[in-house]
Amino acid sequence: MIAEPSTIPAGTISTQTLEISIGPQHPSTHGVFRMDVVLDGEVVRALKPVVGYLHRNHEQIAEKMAWLASMPYTDRLDYFNSMSNNWAYALAVEKLAGIKVPVRAEYIRVIMAELSRLQNHASAIGFLLQDCGAWGTPLLYAFKEREKILDFFETVSGSRMMCNYMRFGGVRVDLNDAMLAMARKIVAEFPKFLDEFEKLMTTNEVVLARCQRVGILPKELAIAGSISGPVARASGVEYDVRKVDKYGVYDRLEFGVPVGPVGDVYDRYYIRVLEMRESIKILQQALRDIPAGPAQAVEVKLRGFKMPAGDGYGRIEGPKGELGFYLVSEGGPKPYRYHIRPPSFINLTVLEDMCIGHKVADAIIILGSIDIVLGEVDR
Amino acid sequence: MNYPGKGLVVGLAVTARNFVGSYFYKDRLVTVQYPEERIQTPENSRTFPFLVFEDSPDKPRCTACKICEVECPPKCIYIVMDRDEKGKPRQQPKVFDIDISVCMQCQICVEVCPFDAIKMDNAYEKSKYERFDALVERLPDLLKPNTYYRAIKPTEATEVDTRLKAEAEAKAAKKAAAAAAAAAKAAAAPVTPAPPAAPAAPKPTES
Repeated sequence: MIAEPSTIPAGTISTQTLEISIGPQHPSTHGVFRMDVVLDGEVVRALKPVVGYLHRNHEQIAEKMAWLASMPYTDRLDYFNSMSNNWAYALAVEKLAGIKVPVRAEYIRVIMAELSRLQNHASAIGFLLQDCGAWGTPLLYAFKEREKILDFFETVSGSRMMCNYMRFGGVRVDLNDAMLAMARKIVAEFPKFLDEFEKLMTTNEVVLARCQRVGILPKELAIAGSISGPVARASGVEYDVRKVDKYGVYDRLEFGVPVGPVGDVYDRYYIRVLEMRESIKILQQALRDIPAGPAQAVEVKLRGFKMPAGDGYGRIEGPKGELGFYLVSEGGPKPYRYHIRPPSFINLTVLEDMCIGHKVADAIIILGSIDIVLGEVDR
Repeated sequence: MNYPGKGLVVGLAVTARNFVGSYFYKDRLVTVQYPEERIQTPENSRTFPFLVFEDSPDKPRCTACKICEVECPPKCIYIVMDRDEKGKPRQQPKVFDIDISVCMQCQICVEVCPFDAIKMDNAYEKSKYERFDALVERLPDLLKPNTYYRAIKPTEATEVDTRLKAEAEAKAAKKAAAAAAAAAKAAAAPVTPAPPAAPAAPKPTES
């Protein structure tokens, strides 16, 4: 446990706090991110996240270009999950323009989003264990599995990470039989990887010692801070946009929402493992039920896309939390306002509350357990 | 059975199995020795755009309509239309530059092109020693024959070729039908006197 400086007899040693800056160029900060930490010995007394090193002005750029032209930029928000980002943006535009998406396209979108959730969570827990000091091994096991999913994305969309796959009213490339077989193979093999990974990590004494009772996020704070995604669910908030909104065809699919008991780093690790198991259930159902038909609504034009005036908010349950796009249209070829609700950024706001009172080494794994991507935090 | 350190032992067994297994099982050894071995990229794989020509590089499919230039999200395409001596447009590009340091490989230029003139390449070894001019691909670098396109993306190229052929045939058929109709009309209609050739020269004004 933490040795309180107050246990030292008063007046024996004079101490002072130490202010250090972790990052921006530090492998443990998951990108270019800085934490200004005030330390009392080894204990964190205050922590200020400093963001903006990767700011690319995405929202303003999007307000200056056509609706479709922002689609490849959304890939670069959370570059682990370009498929989910595409979906959130397409959903917002479809809501605003009143486009109906064919059922097959909805199923393809579910398949792509859940596969990207699998690879995101696999690499997220890999990175988390890397932060704990498990150098390389779990991360590389996770990446080995992630690579299969990225190969699938490349086969379908042409690019491993910057997929730019979804279009307003559907998806760009229909899945053929060979692609579906590839997806089924990935889904069939993934549980084997998960079992092996859990054997390596879930009951490992070092992981338990490092992660349990560290960085607890109380349920009330998670709700008050509008935290979403696995971080909120690990704290016991049963909130999943897939269940709440039932966008796409999630109302036809059966899956559970795992909820953590404590809300510490270990829960946030384990909730991701459980979510991957639920994702596999969703994928099995989606790959079984996928209907024939068009994968793109024909009436939606690529060029000269006309948008009625109004505003719309489209949101999805991204792997990191609730990803929302708020769009305001004046009826022109460009959005009047284009705003993103990035889950990584909002989940980062409770970092200080989770870190205070823990050691500086714990601050690293608490940050790792939030699973941020700086492309999305800074936009 | 539970004993202290069990998790560590089990974990080490997993690592050992992966290490030893990588010598015997292909699915445990996933990397390749890159410059000597290469993984075949999927057909849909894309890197940077190139321009397709049918028979000779003097006659690309591109008509310099500048749709891709307008639609390109990062605006990395620059086109100047070719003109003959009289300044009449020749429906093909004189300058076609793609700055591949700006291009984000999004494929939107390919999707909006109405002439199937620009397609995505899958060549990925594009490193250059210079930072600026070498990263701008000019028209001669970009022009590649249709046979190359067929070689890298067989399915897609066949689809495009079939569609273009059908379009050309439909166009030819329409033209022939129009010509036949015109001929029939000409044959049916009475011979009309030719209209006055040219407007009369302006009369010299009396001054």
